[in-house]
Amino acid sequence: MSAKNAARRLEMYSKLVLCRAFEDKISELAAERGRLPGMQILATGQEAVAVGVVQALSPEDVVVSNHRSHAHLLARGAEPGLLMAEIMGKAAGINKGKSGTLHMAAPELNVLMTSTVVGAGPPLAAGAAFALQYAGKEALAAVFFGDGAAAEGSVHEAMNLAALWRLPVLFICENNRWAGAQGLAEHCPVESLSQRAAAYAMIGETVDGNDADRVFARARTLAEACRLGRGPALLEARTYRMRGHGEYDRQHYVPKDEIERWRALDPVEAYGRRLTEEGLLSADQDRAVRGQARARVLEAVAFAEQAPYPAPNQALEDLWA
Amino acid sequence: MTKGTFGQAINSALDTALALDKRVFVAGEGVGVSIHADPNMPTSGLLAKYGPERVKDTPVSEAAIMGLAVGAAAMGLLPVVEIMFFPFITLASDMLVNHAAKLRYLSGGKTSFPLTVRVKAGVNFSAGCQHSHNLEAWLAHCPGLKVAFPSNPADAKGLLLSAIFDPNPVVVVEEMPLYWTTGQYPKGDQRAPLGRAEVVRAGRECTVVAYGSAVHTALAAAEGLAQKGLSVEVLDLRCLAPLDREAVLGSVRKTGRLVVVHDANKTCGLGAEIAALAAEQAFESLKAPVRRVAAPDIPVPFSPPQERFNRPDARAVAEAVESLV
Ligand SMILES: Cc1ncc(C[n+]2csc(CCOP(=O)(O)OP(=O)(O)O)c2C)c(N)n1
Ligand SMILES: [Mg+2]
Repeated sequence: MSAKNAARRLEMYSKLVLCRAFEDKISELAAERGRLPGMQILATGQEAVAVGVVQALSPEDVVVSNHRSHAHLLARGAEPGLLMAEIMGKAAGINKGKSGTLHMAAPELNVLMTSTVVGAGPPLAAGAAFALQYAGKEALAAVFFGDGAAAEGSVHEAMNLAALWRLPVLFICENNRWAGAQGLAEHCPVESLSQRAAAYAMIGETVDGNDADRVFARARTLAEACRLGRGPALLEARTYRMRGHGEYDRQHYVPKDEIERWRALDPVEAYGRRLTEEGLLSADQDRAVRGQARARVLEAVAFAEQAPYPAPNQALEDLWA
Repeated sequence: MTKGTFGQAINSALDTALALDKRVFVAGEGVGVSIHADPNMPTSGLLAKYGPERVKDTPVSEAAIMGLAVGAAAMGLLPVVEIMFFPFITLASDMLVNHAAKLRYLSGGKTSFPLTVRVKAGVNFSAGCQHSHNLEAWLAHCPGLKVAFPSNPADAKGLLLSAIFDPNPVVVVEEMPLYWTTGQYPKGDQRAPLGRAEVVRAGRECTVVAYGSAVHTALAAAEGLAQKGLSVEVLDLRCLAPLDREAVLGSVRKTGRLVVVHDANKTCGLGAEIAALAAEQAFESLKAPVRRVAAPDIPVPFSPPQERFNRPDARAVAEAVESLV
């Protein structure tokens, strides 16, 4: 293992830990009345998909995200304070309080668009990929969508178009086994969503979405193919939605043993263990990584809480270019 | 009569219809098993009572949900489908607008589409504009669609029952923040007619026309103005299509003044239609210009102070009325 690889993997671990700490804090704040407006939809348990895929992207690659976006944004390097302020609806938020938690976009980081309309991401990504192809760039558009979203017609239309025009789209299906309160078997006739790729004559693969190394490796290979003009690819990452659909969801419909089974496969803990076993992460380093993440999150909360709300009539701004 | 919440009243309508007629079935995302363990959610308990053949959880596929309703209705069933948030009706709009609303006409009256769409709406639950966007004016603009918009539990039940058994496609808009409000609603199969408005507060000096939760805004304004000695009539439209034109005109001819209030943004909203109606058919009765109190022409903002800024409140309605008298 080269030193470069070791550094990259430690970076991935720090990001996993940061994503988890950030969302654990949101979950804590959401439980206190009045501290966070609106619904809080967390990617707890799915961090290795976000971190592994984003690590495989280059800065020119474009990311399109969905309602479960925090980890995508943090993995791409978004400032936790700007996200937290946005989630609280503050003027200092990454989108001036116009988005809130559900639609945060950071075009400065090439997280170009986020839509909470399920299934909207893939066609948007096809458009972004077309622009990259049009400009002759060796870059791609990576779009995250869920197993539930795979049932929307828009996803199929986007895949067909992308395959037909060989658009550089990396479709990442985060199969967390739930769409709201509907389990995979209740909303999807196939167990493996990567099978769908065959219908559009594109590459399709399934990867263990709780293994950051494997996600990274497969995403890097597929991304390379996309960039070289081989057309789109579909990567299904099998993972699990550990905290329910949103913070108001008590998971009353989820079998208890299922949650327990997946808790044992926690992607953040698993990665820490692996790096420790490989001698890349000492106990002291691990404490430092976790301590730094906690400190950044506390700083983010402090920044966001003292930040003012936007003026009410600034609601009238930002509609038109 | 029973006392209960708006959500329970809808539940009672669905329960009544399912019990009454085997042709009725319910479908949508999470209408059976839901992430919400709350008896005030309208479809709560239906799966346990009627089973998965009649209470059908669907994939996240709005076009297919609406197509399911259109096709099944053409075959004689009475589908009741749910759209989880109003903006997502755009994904189902081809099936609704180009098919449910037009296929009977295109068939020369040979087919019919007795389907009901329950749409969950509202502009004040901090979810932002991809979840909050009251598009009722789009729907009311489509010939072939009926649009009901209840403001209270009794109408929530009565209008939904009428919708289910109406031989035409009907969209019933449910504002989710109303789910937890309480009131009386009738037991059993008691229907409220589609296309009939109701005077919910009688008055002499100004008519305020509203629907849905804006009715409560209007009533609060009327109450405040009564303290100042102004007599305001509040007309609850209850149904936007067909529109009870006679009720609007009757009230305007009586009071001579008209304010329309809705949570949707102003331009091309229902208020424009009501104002035009008064101008075309009651001009001689008007003692003052017509005023519209509506949201500004922006998407519903997320940030709490901006979300409040966006939504017309009782003060804005009261100011509009006072500017006319
Ligand atoms: C078009 C549309 N329909 C319904 C919803 C409501 N909704 C939000 S998330 C969700 C489930 C999506 O499941 P999946 O795509 O698997 O993503 P996950 O939530 O599991 O990350 C639903 C139905 C929505 N936001 N957009
Ligand atoms: Mg899912």
